[in-house]
Amino acid sequence: MDEIVATASSVLTNEIGLHARPSVKLTKLAKTFASRIEVAASPQGPWVDAKSIVKVMAFKAAKGDTLHFRASGADAEQALAALRALVDEAFHEGAGHG
Amino acid sequence: MSNVGIVIVSHSPKVAEGAADMVRQMVGEEVPLAWTGGNSAGGLGTDFEAIGAAIERAWSEAGVAILVDLGGAETNSEMAVEALPDSKRARVVICNAPIVEGAVVAATEAAGGAPLQVVRRTAEELSP
Repeated sequence: MDEIVATASSVLTNEIGLHARPSVKLTKLAKTFASRIEVAASPQGPWVDAKSIVKVMAFKAAKGDTLHFRASGADAEQALAALRALVDEAFHEGAGHG
Repeated sequence: MSNVGIVIVSHSPKVAEGAADMVRQMVGEEVPLAWTGGNSAGGLGTDFEAIGAAIERAWSEAGVAILVDLGGAETNSEMAVEALPDSKRARVVICNAPIVEGAVVAATEAAGGAPLQVVRRTAEELSP
């Protein structure tokens, strides 16, 4: 990534961690921003494209793990604020969502 | 802006409907979606006319990506695409991807407004 303009991290609190349904939500949200956005399970990486549904779905992270984000672009700060909020709000998982 | 549509073609209507349910529940309503499965006698199989009708139901100006399961689903889908009018044929692709995972991934990409070839390429990232 060229120039990192924003970084953020957030602990997964939802029951199932970053599985299929949360991955779809994360990717869809990331795609609403123009910035390049990457996600990793460790600040050392490996970093994957947060807009790639295939890569995010292959990303194994459980409840209690910390997700790290980094972004570059004009809306990088807004993008990471939105992604952090999604994780902090446990991907809006309600009863019956698996 | 219209999103790419998704068509699910399985030998089993239950598989096709179930995969479509997963798309609707996991991705949402913003992608045109249709499914078809079973032959005209009510058994396992696929029917090229029913596939053509599903393409029409999921039609989008941005095009349609088809996910199929086994052999006949692919050949009948190819026939259904061939039977489309010229103006539509070039905007329909059959993805070489697993049907359930491919449908969810393709729909996620389509929901973000990606063009047809990007939707197809993303689904095909799932194949070895």
